[in-house]
Amino acid sequence: MSGASTPAPAPSSLPDRLPREPRWKALLKSERFVLGAIGVVGFLILWEALARSGSINVQFFASPTMIAAAGAREVQDPGFWSDFFISLTEFLSGFLVAIVLGIPLGLAAGWFPKLNYALDPWLNFFNALPRVALLPILVIAFGLGIWSKIAVVFLGAFFAIVIPTVQGVRTVDRKYLDVATSFRASRRLLFTSVVGLATVPFIVTGLRLGMARALIGVVTGELYAATEGLGVIIRRSAETRQGDRMLFGVLIFTLSGIIGVELVRAVERRFQKWRPEGFRR
Amino acid sequence: MIEQGLALSARGVRMSYIDQSSGDRLLAIDRIDIDIREGEFVSIVGPSGCGKSTFLKIVNGLLPSSEGTIEIAQPDHGRDHAMVFQDSSLFPWYTVLSNVAYGLICQGVPKKEAQKRAQPLIDMVGLRGFENKYPYQLSGGMQQRANLARALTVDPEILLMDEPFAALDAQTRELMQAELLRIWSEANKTVLFITHQIDEAIYLSDRVLVMSARPGRILEDIRIDLPRPRELEIKRSPAFVEMADHIWRLISGQLQDDKLASPSA
Repeated sequence: MSGASTPAPAPSSLPDRLPREPRWKALLKSERFVLGAIGVVGFLILWEALARSGSINVQFFASPTMIAAAGAREVQDPGFWSDFFISLTEFLSGFLVAIVLGIPLGLAAGWFPKLNYALDPWLNFFNALPRVALLPILVIAFGLGIWSKIAVVFLGAFFAIVIPTVQGVRTVDRKYLDVATSFRASRRLLFTSVVGLATVPFIVTGLRLGMARALIGVVTGELYAATEGLGVIIRRSAETRQGDRMLFGVLIFTLSGIIGVELVRAVERRFQKWRPEGFRR
Repeated sequence: MIEQGLALSARGVRMSYIDQSSGDRLLAIDRIDIDIREGEFVSIVGPSGCGKSTFLKIVNGLLPSSEGTIEIAQPDHGRDHAMVFQDSSLFPWYTVLSNVAYGLICQGVPKKEAQKRAQPLIDMVGLRGFENKYPYQLSGGMQQRANLARALTVDPEILLMDEPFAALDAQTRELMQAELLRIWSEANKTVLFITHQIDEAIYLSDRVLVMSARPGRILEDIRIDLPRPRELEIKRSPAFVEMADHIWRLISGQLQDDKLASPSA
């Protein structure tokens, strides 16, 4: 047998591991990051240009630099911080009470079918009802101060938390209950080791929905009737045509929402280490 | 009192239930009498839907029987029985270590001690080094190893196994069968094993009980006289193949009877 025999391939010159790039370099090569940044910066420049050329009425829609300047003035003003903390207090108080009452009630209603049957119509009714529509009566009942806002925040978040929690308990996989029963877990252990933990993803969903409702509650409450708070800054700035100050207030609410979502994510990561990556939301 | 030397004794166990849609009373298990000696490995095979899993759930106390008695020897220490459930019944929110220790936690053993006592069983099933993994990080075979360790941790008199390898691929299943025999001889337990795989039942067992189509009853009690320890190659020996053939004919005969008996409409 003749014929050209191909030489054995040289040992692969590929390295065993690709050298790792520094993170910022990898980021600059990521299409998603680069195009996203171009999109953001491009829009801000366009907005600024339109504002400077007079195409946009800056009394209503201030330019990005004007908003930044207004922000720089506001953060040096103690009045701004006192308004900010009023809004934060309203948000946290209402949301925390909704959590503290909502999760246990949801767990109980999910666990005891009779309680669920009794509560279910009201839960659905209140969930359908736009809670901010109750503001006029809440303001009369609790006054212009923080209490009417706490009430509307609470009402907003409470049902958003209870309903998924009930759902979570009711959909616990039968086989896990069988395992616990088979090992003769006490009723208490059945609840803490199976029902509670299986329901965590649903509770987290409730927290996420509830937080959005709570934030809407603060904004609406303060816009409608209040003497203090970020919503009041927004309303008064709009009335006095200070578009820059108004949009700065809106920006603060937006950032709060983003931070809140990240906090819920952190809670989620803490409690859901056991879920495969793809199922984490 | 249960007879000396028996681990489990079932007498005249019947199970019927009301069908939710038709309202008729249906018989799931007709009449089952079984004696299992201590240390014996007994399998129940039968066509799907014959009530073999139902019977195991009755033994385990998850379902009530309609008639009859089941007696299990009361051990001096440990539990009377523990169940190895079908695929993926590990708690996904617990690590392997917490899952294996769960039975002891249920008995009120403090967490630290329960985990300490779980460790030898984790070693026995070959999961050392995986204590802190979550179930989703394990293969199907490893999940069932953990599942087995969880049942063994409570030191049961009799180990109930409900088609534990049904969802595994063929190669992993064979490997797990061999592993189960090794663990069984090491742990010295009585086993009641439910399966629809004939070769699995013969390979593992001292006795194979063949169940009829629903309503289930025991058709034949077959002693498996193959020597132990058994290698997987034994599945190709003439004696093995002959027994498998016999059981297969019993079960397929059931399926045909079923077809003939069912109304043609």
